[in-house]
Amino acid sequence: MASEPLLRVEDLRLHYRSGNGVVRALDGVSFDIRRNEALVVLGESGCGKSTLAKALMRLLPRNVQHFSGNLLVDGVETMGFSEERFRREVRWVRISMVMQAAMNALNPVIRVGEQVAEPLRVHRGWSARQARERTAEVFGLVGISADFLQRYPFELSGGMRQRAVLAMALVTEPDLVIMDEPTSALDVLTQASIMNALKRIKQELGTSFILITHDVSTSSEIAERVALMYAGQLVEFADAKDFFGEPAHPYSKLLMASVPRLHQEETPVHIPGQPPNLLNPPEGCRFAERCPSRFDRCDRDPETFRIGNRRTVRCWLHAAGSRA
Amino acid sequence: MSAPARDIRRSAAGPVLSARDLHTWFELRQWGFLRVGSVRAVDGVNFELQAGEAVAFVGESGCGKSSLARTLLGLHQPTRGEVIFEGRSLGTLDARERKTYLARVGFVQQDPYGALPPFMDVRRILHEPLIVHGMRNRAEREKRAREALEEVRLSPPDDFLSKFPHMLSGGQQQRVVIARALILRPAMIIADEPVSMLDASVRVEILQLLRSIQTNHGLTLAFITHDLSTVRHFAERIFVMYAGRIVEQAPVNELLNHPQHPYTQALLGAISDPDPDNALQMREVPPGEPPSLLKPPAGCRFHPRCNRMIPGTCDQEDPPEFEPRNGHHTACWLYR
Repeated sequence: MASEPLLRVEDLRLHYRSGNGVVRALDGVSFDIRRNEALVVLGESGCGKSTLAKALMRLLPRNVQHFSGNLLVDGVETMGFSEERFRREVRWVRISMVMQAAMNALNPVIRVGEQVAEPLRVHRGWSARQARERTAEVFGLVGISADFLQRYPFELSGGMRQRAVLAMALVTEPDLVIMDEPTSALDVLTQASIMNALKRIKQELGTSFILITHDVSTSSEIAERVALMYAGQLVEFADAKDFFGEPAHPYSKLLMASVPRLHQEETPVHIPGQPPNLLNPPEGCRFAERCPSRFDRCDRDPETFRIGNRRTVRCWLHAAGSRA
Repeated sequence: MSAPARDIRRSAAGPVLSARDLHTWFELRQWGFLRVGSVRAVDGVNFELQAGEAVAFVGESGCGKSSLARTLLGLHQPTRGEVIFEGRSLGTLDARERKTYLARVGFVQQDPYGALPPFMDVRRILHEPLIVHGMRNRAEREKRAREALEEVRLSPPDDFLSKFPHMLSGGQQQRVVIARALILRPAMIIADEPVSMLDASVRVEILQLLRSIQTNHGLTLAFITHDLSTVRHFAERIFVMYAGRIVEQAPVNELLNHPQHPYTQALLGAISDPDPDNALQMREVPPGEPPSLLKPPAGCRFHPRCNRMIPGTCDQEDPPEFEPRNGHHTACWLYR
């Protein structure tokens, strides 16, 4: 099954009930990720990228109104799995996650080492001692001295805590780690050293990463593939080289032009307008309202077209490509 | 109202605002009375801001930049040294003069959600500073409030005046904060991380707004930020702070193209522009973390992390400011 991607997501939809109606947070998202690959999911806040992470881990809130699509792990469809089976075979076994702001969610009264070892104790039923040894190993991997095992979260700096929650995600040796905004609360130097740690781990363990972020610049530190989300949909999915070099979707282009760059004279340009309300998204293309290249076809929901082998774009401008 | 007339803004010769040997220390006490030391948040800062210029104070969290902003605003009493505004030291102002000072310096906070009182509508938020500063005429206040909203491009003002903060998006809230800072027609604006809490897509917009207001009115603008990549486009001069001190200062392009202090070099080296090649290489990051401000290291504060440390000098003597290039100052022994 070597040709099967590690994870394949097909037409994932997740709608929430809210006081004002149904929020279509994910509306037909498809992508895949291979072994030892780093995928970056980019998007503005409210575009559904955190929902995507939770959907992949099947950590759903109670107000879910609709959840459908296919989630194939090594070619095996897991959507039909019972909660118990999913927990036993997928979550934190094959796929683990570093939640947004997880570093601030460490239990303040439990030693860091114990918290990081918890998945081993819960999922694998390891003894405290076994778990501690393995945890010390993983601490080394993420760049924290094993002395810190015995410390409490408040004794660690922000960067250290972020490494600790990363260790917690790695401790069960998953194939894929999903990270939601792992560096956005950190200082520049700390960010850079965490990204270094991720690169090293990817090289040494062959782990795949899905990095969810709004920070285009930092994401380029690891990205091999880029998926750009807008209003609950995937608008472009491409190799990092192509996406950063030659974005295809009009939104991708504007996004790239809005990124402030240190080594560039031109002032970044902001994208006018606001993303649509997901309670009642527009009929046609969801970006049309803000799109400079809008034309009459955009009143209809665009299909996803394939450009070359490795890129898909959800935009009528690329209708010359084959249907994906 | 003692309306600060706009035309006297540039009358004062020399810098608008300067800091001389400024120290802001926070005393730490145990059990409420035992002195156990001081957090030296601002520890010997000197600078001068000229009228109408936009500067940025850049540094990592905990480097003292927010304490500096609050000291400049007179919210913290300096432990030593002084802040001089238009030729007068803040410490010598009486209560009435202090009030005038606060009207002359607008403040834009980091967190718009926390800066706006949730129980006031936009109209009241904007009227309040005017009332405090003695503007009794309601119609005139209303006119000012509308002008301020137009200025921050919340137009038409009628759509916003009766809204409460929770009804506005983050970007709109920050615009209201800016409008409030502008409403007394200040000579200077201090903005403490004005966009760090906002969505990436609105950041540029807010920074552009601040910058255009600054140039239109010839205001002096001091940005406090951790984000060097945006600074380039929105400030003219950069001050780099590390552990309570300014370690380097220069005009923007000069600083970005020829960073002198090893800390600045490390900082610039850690910032990525979106480039797919980034994924292929590791970044060089100095080891360790910024020192505790309770007990900063002797000598240069960056020396424990510095790869060009000169033993016997850097770890013992505080580096004074050198000027290795024209108009480019840095506190580093390498340029002795």
